[in-house]
Amino acid sequence: MLKNYFKIAIAVLRRRKFFTFISLFGISFTLTILMVLTAFIDKVGNSKYPDKNRDRSLYIVQLEERGEKNGYTSRGPSSYYFLNKYAGSLKTPVKVGISSMFNFSSAYVNDKKIAINFKYTNADYWDIAEYDFLEGKPFSKVQVDQAAKVAVISEDTRTAYFGANQHALGKYVEVDNIRYKVVGVVKNVPITMFTFYGDMYLPYTLSKEDYRSKALGGSYTAVLMAASASDVPKMAAEYATAVSKIKVESKDYDKLYSFADPYFTGFVRIVLGRGSDSGITTFYLGLFIFVVLFLMLPAINLVNVNITRIMERSSEIGVRKAFGASSKTLVYQFVVENIILTLLGGVIGIGFSLLAIAFVNASNVIPNLELTLNYLVLLYSLVVCLFFGLLSGVYPAWRMSRLNVVTALKAR
Amino acid sequence: MISLQNIEKVYRTDTIQTLALNRINLEVEKGEFLSIMGPSGCGKSTLLNIIGLLDLPSKGSINIDAQPTGNLSDKQLARLRNQKLGFIFQSYHLINDLQVLDNVELPLLYRDTTAKERRQLATAALEKVGLSNRVKHFPSQLSGGQRQRVAIARAIVGKPEIILADEPTGNLDSAMGNEIMDILLQLNREDGTTIVMVTHDPNMAEKTHRLVRLFDGSQVQ
Ligand SMILES: Nc1ncnc2c1ncn2[C@@H]1O[C@H](COP(=O)(O)OP(=O)(O)OP(=O)(O)O)[C@@H](O)[C@H]1O
Ligand SMILES: [Mg+2]
Repeated sequence: MLKNYFKIAIAVLRRRKFFTFISLFGISFTLTILMVLTAFIDKVGNSKYPDKNRDRSLYIVQLEERGEKNGYTSRGPSSYYFLNKYAGSLKTPVKVGISSMFNFSSAYVNDKKIAINFKYTNADYWDIAEYDFLEGKPFSKVQVDQAAKVAVISEDTRTAYFGANQHALGKYVEVDNIRYKVVGVVKNVPITMFTFYGDMYLPYTLSKEDYRSKALGGSYTAVLMAASASDVPKMAAEYATAVSKIKVESKDYDKLYSFADPYFTGFVRIVLGRGSDSGITTFYLGLFIFVVLFLMLPAINLVNVNITRIMERSSEIGVRKAFGASSKTLVYQFVVENIILTLLGGVIGIGFSLLAIAFVNASNVIPNLELTLNYLVLLYSLVVCLFFGLLSGVYPAWRMSRLNVVTALKAR
Repeated sequence: MISLQNIEKVYRTDTIQTLALNRINLEVEKGEFLSIMGPSGCGKSTLLNIIGLLDLPSKGSINIDAQPTGNLSDKQLARLRNQKLGFIFQSYHLINDLQVLDNVELPLLYRDTTAKERRQLATAALEKVGLSNRVKHFPSQLSGGQRQRVAIARAIVGKPEIILADEPTGNLDSAMGNEIMDILLQLNREDGTTIVMVTHDPNMAEKTHRLVRLFDGSQVQ
């Protein structure tokens, strides 16, 4: 039976080339976009290099100050002073890594300009973030305290500055007229790991921004690492208590919000966070609505095209009914047909996705980001396909099957 | 075999109401070859469709093989059509996307059969109508007469006791028409199949056992 459905499905698809093309294009295109997006979210949300202790870490990425009287709001990273004072003094974290967001700068090699994004860190940072060192090691607490002009650079920077596969350890990199001695070279980090990305890492004591400044806002974020994952809630609570005790002494602001968030929540907070709301609920709701709307497009298209097919295939429906097909059998046939169509679209979509991902990786649109199509994504896509097949097949099939036999046979 | 009591069929549209069949009473014996004639629009097709359980009468009842059909569900009607009835239409109604053999196998799909059985039965049916050399063709590659023979093969493949034919030779020239008629006569004679045929051609009607004439929805003879 199924074989016969398959036969007629293929025959119909071949005869109606334009319809087939439109349907397959709709499905495979949507799937491709969804899969690349999923691969991307998966990468951003789940990749662990160099943040290997994520399950026992919390992130302080944003500080919001509000002035109720005058309506002022300021939102951004914190100052070194603030993080060191309030996060650095907590009991639960075993380490508190503090680092600046990356800053743009450039260096010159043989008159060629190299863009270098550099980042200031404290010494603890290197104990939390487990970078893979190709050469050397991180700078030490002593070097940080002495404000030694030392740097850890990324593999890309080493290649750009010293040439491919050249050693850099002990050599100097000059940026903005300052010479830094290279003490370590690390494997690249993609920019999507926004708290860990950098081309060059320097002791925070070298920062131009006066790290002793008592302003609360600045350009730093912190990673708090607990002894184990079970201590994480306690750590968040301890930080919240510490923040609640802060007296805001500013003429513009009277309220202050700062949270130690799980990784992804922190990420979302930067974009959607307002006051004590991290925006994560809004994010998931928005994502859900987006995906549903996005899936609806090809589904509605398919429903439409399928309904138009009613008249065209009414003679077939009439014949099948006359020779003993019940309405239920016909619904089944048309749904199977539609699922075959959508699965075909799914397979094509997977092919396109592989191509698109290979293209994104090769073109280096986002440096150092290697997208992969994982099996989970594949599974999702398969489920999505079946969902399409059912959604767009059941209603038209139901309508088709209810056609009166005589009417169906008359229509030509 | 077929028994109609007081069949009425009314078609209602927004403005008009057509009485397509008016108090038809008809008994068809097992093994009988009956033809129906009458001017265009007199209700011949309507009657045949009602006998074939493709359409419901507005009033009256139909028994097929002594079984009342009035209270059957969609599924039961489909099953009855599949087991007892075979249809032949004026415009063939083959499925253009399917090869001849698959077209002929169609009624068997809705029965409990294996692919092998279906193949054997369909091949045998095509042999009977003299088309065993065209099994891989598509309907569009056949002449009108050949298409109607495929349609006959499809109608007989499930060995139904009754065949209902609505102007089976209506689209064919007389030579082709005679060939088709010979096949039907042979089926009736050799297999004892009961046949009800609508026709415009008196020569065809003459070859059958009995003639029923309709005029304006009523039986006149
Ligand atoms: N679906 C319908 N809706 C309204 N009226 C209909 C419908 N089908 C048939 N009729 C009417 O019922 C009457 C009988 O139609 P039917 O098709 O049975 O005629 P017929 O005898 O088969 O004619 P022909 O020889 O031209 O095929 C006609 O007057 C026709 O207009
Ligand atoms: Mg007619």
